[in-house]
Amino acid sequence: MTSLNKKLFRDLWHIRGQALAIAVVIAGGIATLVMALSAVDSLQETRRAFNEQYRFAHVFAHAKRAPNWVAKEIAAIPGVQRAEGRIAQDIIIDVANMPEPARGRVVSREAEGQSRLNDIVIRRGRDLRRAHPNEVLVNEAFAQAHGLQLGDIIHGNFNQHRRGLRIVGVALSPEFVYAIGPGDVVPDSRHFGVLWMSREALEAAYDLKGAFNNLTLTLSRAGSLADVIVQVDRLLAPYGGIGAYGRADQLSDAFVTSEMEQLEHLAVVIPPVFLVIAAFLFNVVIARIIQADREQIGLLKAFGYSYIDVGWLYLKLVLLITALGIFIGWSTGAWMGYAVTGLYRDFFRFPFLHFQVDSSTLAISACVGIFSAVIGTLSIVRRAVAIAPAVAMTPPMPSAYQASIIENLGLAQFLSQPARMIVRYIFRWPLRAMLTITGIAFSVAILVMSLFFFDAVGKMMEVHFFETERQDMSLTFVELRTDALRYNIDDLPGVLLVETFRIARAKLRLGHREERVAIRGLDADMELSRLVDINDRVVTPPPEGIILSSTLAKLLAAREGDIVTVSALEGRRRVRQLPVVRIIRQYIGLGAYMDRRALNRLMGEGDIISGAHLSTDRRIEPALYSALKGVPALLGLAVRRAALKTFSDMIEQHLHTMIFFYLTFAALIAVGVIYNSARISLSERARELASLRVLGFTRREVGAILAGELALLTFVALPLGCLAGYGLADLLVKLFDTKLYRLPLYIADATYGYAVLMVIAATIGSAWLVLRRVAALDLIAVMKTRE
Amino acid sequence: MEEDGKHAGESRTPVFRTVNLTKVYRGDGNDVWALRGIDLALHEGEIVVLLGPSGSGKSTFLNILGGLDHPSSGQVFFRRQELTAFDDNALTLYRRDHIGFVFQFYNLIPSLTARENVALVTEIAANPLTPEAALALVGLEDRMDHFPAQLSGGEQQRVAVARSVAKRPDVLLCDEPTGALDSATGIGVLAAIEGVNRELGTTAVIITHNAGIAAMADRVIAFADGRIAGISVNEERLPAHAISW
Ligand SMILES: Nc1ncnc2c1ncn2[C@@H]1O[C@H](COP(=O)(O)OP(=O)(O)OP(=O)(O)O)[C@@H](O)[C@H]1O
Ligand SMILES: [Mg+2]
Repeated sequence: MTSLNKKLFRDLWHIRGQALAIAVVIAGGIATLVMALSAVDSLQETRRAFNEQYRFAHVFAHAKRAPNWVAKEIAAIPGVQRAEGRIAQDIIIDVANMPEPARGRVVSREAEGQSRLNDIVIRRGRDLRRAHPNEVLVNEAFAQAHGLQLGDIIHGNFNQHRRGLRIVGVALSPEFVYAIGPGDVVPDSRHFGVLWMSREALEAAYDLKGAFNNLTLTLSRAGSLADVIVQVDRLLAPYGGIGAYGRADQLSDAFVTSEMEQLEHLAVVIPPVFLVIAAFLFNVVIARIIQADREQIGLLKAFGYSYIDVGWLYLKLVLLITALGIFIGWSTGAWMGYAVTGLYRDFFRFPFLHFQVDSSTLAISACVGIFSAVIGTLSIVRRAVAIAPAVAMTPPMPSAYQASIIENLGLAQFLSQPARMIVRYIFRWPLRAMLTITGIAFSVAILVMSLFFFDAVGKMMEVHFFETERQDMSLTFVELRTDALRYNIDDLPGVLLVETFRIARAKLRLGHREERVAIRGLDADMELSRLVDINDRVVTPPPEGIILSSTLAKLLAAREGDIVTVSALEGRRRVRQLPVVRIIRQYIGLGAYMDRRALNRLMGEGDIISGAHLSTDRRIEPALYSALKGVPALLGLAVRRAALKTFSDMIEQHLHTMIFFYLTFAALIAVGVIYNSARISLSERARELASLRVLGFTRREVGAILAGELALLTFVALPLGCLAGYGLADLLVKLFDTKLYRLPLYIADATYGYAVLMVIAATIGSAWLVLRRVAALDLIAVMKTRE
Repeated sequence: MEEDGKHAGESRTPVFRTVNLTKVYRGDGNDVWALRGIDLALHEGEIVVLLGPSGSGKSTFLNILGGLDHPSSGQVFFRRQELTAFDDNALTLYRRDHIGFVFQFYNLIPSLTARENVALVTEIAANPLTPEAALALVGLEDRMDHFPAQLSGGEQQRVAVARSVAKRPDVLLCDEPTGALDSATGIGVLAAIEGVNRELGTTAVIITHNAGIAAMADRVIAFADGRIAGISVNEERLPAHAISW
């Protein structure tokens, strides 16, 4: 090994603590990148393989009753590769051991594997057999949630007839990777199941012989989604078609997409924070080393080493540390990616989920790591290269200090000499102080941002379940019934309050923008399910006009007072111009609301309801449940308590892991920044501090100078960090704004409190590590040498 | 070996007394004996100059007297207290209350002005001079608000002397205080030390390589190879201004 390389490794060993701290911060950035990208790649590849192998459709459409030849016409539309009519229906499922009825979606299947689109993977048992109309396949999540075994019997209400079904198999489908019930916020596999039954059995049950009510199709390579949808809508309109939609609006697939987008956003937002901080740490640490090495550099040059030899020496130091960071980042990133992918395996239902780390992911992450390191140190290394050999011969002057602005403001008399040392030191290197403050602030910000997820989701839950959807139960009915039904529900045991509503599908158009929505018709004086505007005021639908949720308004670029074109997809399919009377706050879904009577007038079918919200007496709920199981018209039932529970379970499982990662990262950044900053100021001031010890200052007093400086910087950084955290949260809110849901920009005071406390703890921890070295200062060695 | 000089009668308690003081730096294989048994007494109010070749143990001896270092064996007494029995905290307080140091490299705090460097010490001392008085003593009353970077080497060293004497220490320990200075500037610094000795009665120990400086001492102690090679007493102390090199 050359002497220069020996020096390199001794220097590296000398700053090992700092080098490790920097490597860990780099690793944080790289790990997030590798984690997010590998999880996205894995999910994407898995989904692609599953969708392709099992021929997941591109377009989905529902109708009332279309004759089978319409499916053939649709198949002939240019751009359509294959189209299949089938029967799909919402039903109520009665599972033994569960008092409340579950909701389900029953989908027809050509017996013995004749279905070509949306095929299923049979995980256990066997496929349906011809001439066994009571055989059923259930989705795996539902089977697991209830411990259903092959041969078990469950009951379903088919077109008002209760019927026992024998489970012959457990299946997965690309259509229900994310098996979420209609109107649900998160999947509740206990209360929502998917059933596959033979086409013949369902044709008979729903009186659809020779017809279908649901159609899916795949596009040919050249097929245009938009054109095909227009054609399908035209062909299905006479048969009660309520509008075709693509995968982007297919609930399950849209959720998978949105999850991948979230990961991609994380890959964009988080790693830069780490890498910027790593660049900054490199900058200050290498600058310090070079400053201490000035004379040696001068000497080396005097000996005849070239500029390149000298520059390369320090660049190698940087690259070695970076390489360590990249290596740690790769391995933890792969491990985290594996853990996150494991979460998705439970969360989504894929038959297989192959974890993979692309070599391109590794290459990209290594490049950004090296890039940030080089950016952080280039100017410093250039400065080292520019040191003239003569420097070695001249003694250094004491650093030039000045009275700081604080003292010029006349505050000097309040400061002791050590306090002045702190203040002047900070103002002597303002850029470095600012960078340290920025680093600490970023760690506060990351903490605020990660804890913000809890606040936001909590707020979402509060607004959804406690401010707007306050009903204990929501019922939906098979057929649109007259208001008379309301009085039958009133009579059920334990029902305290009933509020009815109507749901009707329509297209809203403003200018060239169009959205397919379910308009909900509400009565004027709703107590249970309410609308709340941006200012927390309860809103009632006026007799005319339409109310839009803020997201829907944004998608349509609609403002209060704009006139939207409403094309009903049900009833007489009328088209009306309606003013947007209000825009309301809503975090889940795309809501559109009207007065129920006005909606019924628009649909032109008389006084109709499609569901009811109930307030119930909990004590006699079991009686209500069994009564409900006997209501033939019941199509769906959502219990708020169950929804709340699944919601918090999901947060528990899913969010906690992610947040654990962020918290670890934030702590790493805090420790990395604070430790490095304290180490540098210790090494720069070792002489000064040793002098103080010689003068009779105690360890505690000397330590207080270092600690005071850290405390001051941290103190300034904390509020800035809270602000930056708010900024990051705002950025995430903007990035996570999807059709499915959006996060409220709400940060609890306690979140700031926790973030601040954790960073203070990190400061104390790093300060402790460094202060131990104050005790070990070698008083004699320091005194005997010049700087 | 002659123990007592003219200025150090038996009636006076010595400021320092060392008993068979040794210091060994243990290395792998070859130990370095920096001090090989020093027995010495230093008296109130005297100026002592330590001479000797490089590596003879002068700095080691001074650092042990000042409570910066521990001997390997032997005892050091400061007045009636045994320094060698002190723990680190006690040594810190000892330095704070009794000792002033002046080093070859001035070791001022660059972020504090001359006045503030002195105030650093007066703020924690029991019965200090004012920083202004201390700086006047070394002739720097005009440069009090300058930062070290704005002072010459000699001026910086005089600030260091002022800082050391401002707390009215019992002893001033100076390790090559003129080592980095030219002759005229060095004499200014020595004059400052002498002035303090005269006006405050501070005992001063000065290490130097400059035999000329020995003339300003009451006693001159020669070190060689970790031992005391000889002690000579000056009948007449020369004032610092009369010295030159
Ligand atoms: N930390 C140490 N480790 C090993 N040996 C040391 C150490 N410090 C000093 N020594 C040795 O102790 C001996 C005495 O050193 P000391 O510094 O006391 O000499 P000195 O008389 O002050 O010399 P100089 O006039 O050059 O300053 C020397 O041989 C030196 O090499
Ligand atoms: Mg010496």
